[in-house]
Amino acid sequence: MLTTAPLDHPPPTGEPRLQLLHITKRYPSVVANDDVSLTVMPGEIHAVLGENGAGKSTLMKVIYGAVHADIGEIMWNGRQVHIANPAAARALGIGMVFQHFSLFETLSVVENIALVIGGKFDLPALAERVKSVSEKYGLPLDPNRLVHSLSVGERQRVEIVRCLLQNPQLLILDEPTSVLTPQAVRKLFETLRQLAAEGVSILYISHKLHEIQELCDTATVMRGGKVTGHATPRNETPASMARMMIGRELPVCHAEPYTGVSAPVLQVRGLTQPTDDPFGTPLEGIDLTVNSGEIVGIAGISGNGQAELLAALSGEALVASDMVRVGDKPAGALNAAQRRDLGLVFVPEERLGRGAVPSLSLTDNALLTAHRQGMVKNGLVNYAAAKDFATRDIARFDVRTGGAASAARSLSGGNLQKFIVGREIMQTPKLMIVAQPTWGVDVGASAFLRQTLIDLSRQGVAVLVISEELEELFEICDRIAVLAGGKLSEAVPKQQTDAEAIGLKMSGLFAGTTHGGSHASA
Amino acid sequence: MHLLEPRANPSVIMRWASPALAVLLTLFVGSLLFIALKKDPLEAFRVFFIDPLNSAYGWSELLLKASPLILIAQGLAIGFKARIYNIGAEGQLIMGAIFGGGVALLFEGTGSSFALPAMVLAGALGGALWGALPALLKTRFNAEETLTTLMLAYVASFLLSWLVSGPWKDPGGMNFPQTVMFAATSQFSMLADGLRLNTSVFITAAAVAAFYLFTKKSLLAYAITVGGEAPAAARYAGFSSKRTVWFALTISGLTAGLAGIAEVAGPIGQLNLNISPGYGYAAIIVAWIGRLHPVGIVGAGLLMALLYLGGEQAQLALQLPAAITGLFQGMLLFFLLGCDAFIDYRLRRRKRRTVAATKPAVPVQEAA
Amino acid sequence: MIDHLIPILAGTLAAATPLVFAGLGELVAEKSGVINLGVEGMILIGAIAGFAFATQTGGGAGAGLIAGAVAGTLAATLFAILSLSLGANQAAAGLALTIFGIGLSAFIGQSFVSYSLPGLKPWDIPLLSDIPVIGRILFHQDWVVYLSWVVALAVAWVLAKTRLGLLLKAVGESPESAHAIGYPVIAIRYGAVLFGGAMAGIAGAYLSTVYTPLWVQNMSAGRGWIAVALVVFATWKPGRLMLGAYLFGGMTILQLHAQGLGIRVPSQLMSAIPYAATVLVLVLISRDRKLLQLNLPASLGKSFMPGG
Repeated sequence: MLTTAPLDHPPPTGEPRLQLLHITKRYPSVVANDDVSLTVMPGEIHAVLGENGAGKSTLMKVIYGAVHADIGEIMWNGRQVHIANPAAARALGIGMVFQHFSLFETLSVVENIALVIGGKFDLPALAERVKSVSEKYGLPLDPNRLVHSLSVGERQRVEIVRCLLQNPQLLILDEPTSVLTPQAVRKLFETLRQLAAEGVSILYISHKLHEIQELCDTATVMRGGKVTGHATPRNETPASMARMMIGRELPVCHAEPYTGVSAPVLQVRGLTQPTDDPFGTPLEGIDLTVNSGEIVGIAGISGNGQAELLAALSGEALVASDMVRVGDKPAGALNAAQRRDLGLVFVPEERLGRGAVPSLSLTDNALLTAHRQGMVKNGLVNYAAAKDFATRDIARFDVRTGGAASAARSLSGGNLQKFIVGREIMQTPKLMIVAQPTWGVDVGASAFLRQTLIDLSRQGVAVLVISEELEELFEICDRIAVLAGGKLSEAVPKQQTDAEAIGLKMSGLFAGTTHGGSHASA
Repeated sequence: MHLLEPRANPSVIMRWASPALAVLLTLFVGSLLFIALKKDPLEAFRVFFIDPLNSAYGWSELLLKASPLILIAQGLAIGFKARIYNIGAEGQLIMGAIFGGGVALLFEGTGSSFALPAMVLAGALGGALWGALPALLKTRFNAEETLTTLMLAYVASFLLSWLVSGPWKDPGGMNFPQTVMFAATSQFSMLADGLRLNTSVFITAAAVAAFYLFTKKSLLAYAITVGGEAPAAARYAGFSSKRTVWFALTISGLTAGLAGIAEVAGPIGQLNLNISPGYGYAAIIVAWIGRLHPVGIVGAGLLMALLYLGGEQAQLALQLPAAITGLFQGMLLFFLLGCDAFIDYRLRRRKRRTVAATKPAVPVQEAA
Repeated sequence: MIDHLIPILAGTLAAATPLVFAGLGELVAEKSGVINLGVEGMILIGAIAGFAFATQTGGGAGAGLIAGAVAGTLAATLFAILSLSLGANQAAAGLALTIFGIGLSAFIGQSFVSYSLPGLKPWDIPLLSDIPVIGRILFHQDWVVYLSWVVALAVAWVLAKTRLGLLLKAVGESPESAHAIGYPVIAIRYGAVLFGGAMAGIAGAYLSTVYTPLWVQNMSAGRGWIAVALVVFATWKPGRLMLGAYLFGGMTILQLHAQGLGIRVPSQLMSAIPYAATVLVLVLISRDRKLLQLNLPASLGKSFMPGG
């Protein structure tokens, strides 16, 4: 049930482990937390639910001492505390597992842990402790492996074990499942329930409603920096929690069946590429076809060859000529500009710094890839045409900005993504490749972007989407393949598969791969 | 704590106010220095900045010194925009002088009117080659251009030193390390009697116009800027980074080479060990003070030339070491970089802790 | 032949000592993710400060080295304020420091051109200096050479065996992660950069008070840049840095002895060899991208401004 009572409502039993009272944190352009209060009891698994930009991460940083609140109090086991920095938080017994991991690639597991654990600097002794704690909680780890050789799931284990070694009373997990297969999520939940049973309180930050229902005892819902409600997830439906989270019904996408002519636009045959990068993943024998009028999705956890595959498809990395064909032309040996001339457009996962130049205006950023739309003559740029293009993009794709002269970095993630997607679509592509279309984008903009991709495909464009979000892929794609350990599974129609089956493939279990053959799979 | 916070949009005002602010700060610290040296700061500034310009000769000298600085900085600015740091323009200047000077020695005694054009071409070629070498090393072998360009500048200066004290030494030059004086046909002609300013200044003027058009209008200049601001975005757009490296280093070598030949076929008239008072290094500062902008560089070049002239005046009139010019150059660049922080950042506003605080702040308990 | 070689090899150690100090200092700064191209400037500032202090106080080389270290640290502070606190481009700030250092040292040095200092006498290490050949090369040196070994061992030990070393490496790889787990990234980088400044200052003071005990304008002659190149050559490892420094020290000495060894190459071209060799060494090491990428501090040269 939705409770409307204020939070200072006395908790059922005992003294709260953590109480936040009227926390407010302002940034120059936004109030990240506005009078936020919440209470966590010992042994309670408490969800903080909200969409991107709701202020969850800022609130967690306040608890962890990485950000200081402008106003408000923190009570820890009934005592008011000032948490000066993360070290102070750890000393209190607060541990945090970061969404974007805070590990160092070139250091070993035990070295990473030593940086956070105080006491005598004795790596061999610490390695023993790491082993015993990791076994106790079913999180097996080799303390001497270098972090860059670990899969994303293993890295998360390092973060969790690092917290557990400090005997925490409160464990904060920020979107922990976005990097896990459905099977690994279940194992994580077992570990968390074991910890809760031992009396550890858990703050679980997420926007995934079904996970919160499965795991959490209580939930605090945030929107626009404010607390919009408290709930007991077991008594709610995903729809009712979604309403609290975004203030209206969840938008749904509509996909009509494609009726036009279907012909292969992107053909990848035996794409194999060793990697120069000591931290990279080599690609092995990738076969893939994307036809006009369909959206093909590639599921999988980043770090399994996603970056390498995208670069090989976009032309940022060159491969053998016949490994990649666009339309009827061999394109593997063409660079990114030449492939664009064949009708390929691409939206990378990094918006700032790759899809757009942060310091340049939207006009200049329109020029980045759209300069081939008649904006250049004899090597000279027609800046008026670029400005016109940017202005049309802003209007057509509902980009909220001060105008074409605004710097790209002044836009929110969702608005910049709309601008970039718009810029690519306005070049009337034959083939569109999109990586993580809605990463860090709010629900409204996400729905808009997904619908835009569907509409584009129904006009006969071939669309390839690489995403970590399984739900998103099932929502918009016609066929889904999985990339794990540098190998790609066959793309199957989404009606013939489900999240469970895709999850198994994400662990590298599909025909043509040998089990455990790759270190990079989760 | 951290004093700065990022601005949403870079400040256009600060972009151009910053150099002015840097000049003011340099003048301020300069006055303190003069006071410490027991010189009247006002008198010192008059000697430094006014006296050099109170004659036609002074203005001619100003343009004469500004010309190579502006020319070199135009080329360097292209590279700096792409974050390609050619800091060995001094070496490329010397190679331009060596190539061009070598051609002058070849034409010695011919009186040919082709001598000067051939020298200019050779000078441009020499500088461009000395700039292209680090480009090769970077694109082929991944070697940092910062270090290789500078090391090659040392190599060039030793090469010059060997040439003028060995094979190219003037036999009638009392064993001084220098070549013969070039013939009149191998020198730029003077613009006016009694002034040292010569026609090479037109090369600079033409270069300013060309670089202005290039940066304002060309797609290549845009691609170079993208490559510097966000290399991944340049790869994404399909702009070749190798092409940028080759272009930036070759063009900056070329302009430095032209500056070199303009010096030896101009005010110096021969090859010797003192063909440049560090123009190649000073041009780095000129490029930055001029905001890497072709017109801004003209202003910055004139300012830097004035510093050179002022330094000479100060040595004569105030008995100050000539090295004071170098000191001012360094300070100027320091202050500029400091002021530039405020293009992208601003001072952190004070937290309004008192506003809406319901209770007085409770004495905080330090955890752990 | 051996008689000829002993002074060359012994001289190599002294010639390399400024490179050892400056290189170790830059190595530590780069480990923390900061590339300071101002080494040349800091050496010059250290050189004139050391020389001026030693001549004015009569304190000798020891006082000179301390003054050099202090001056080098102050110079590095200027760089640190610009690049760490104000977020200026590290390459530009370093270059500014070099230009400033050349100007400042020349300006102050003008009044010291006619002075000279006695330099340092070698110390024989008991027993070790009696070893034939090796003893005369390694253990018949001035005390600053021995000090450079102590510093090298200390740096190697800290980097390999201590929490501080681990922390430097961590900050150099990912300042964002280090910040997230609560380390004061900027303060740590300040520490590393100032250490680099102190070492460059000592290198400069050694040049002006011991190696050639007089002041000559621009007397560092590019050693600061060679030190920066040596750090790349060393792939950020102190042991390899020592090796590189002695290699370059040897080249410097060789050109002095070239005539004696019967090498008939014009002296100007011999003088160019260390610089040409630096280019060659950079090319040889940089072409192995994988080796560089595995050792390069990943955040090197990127400015980090903590938010929040």
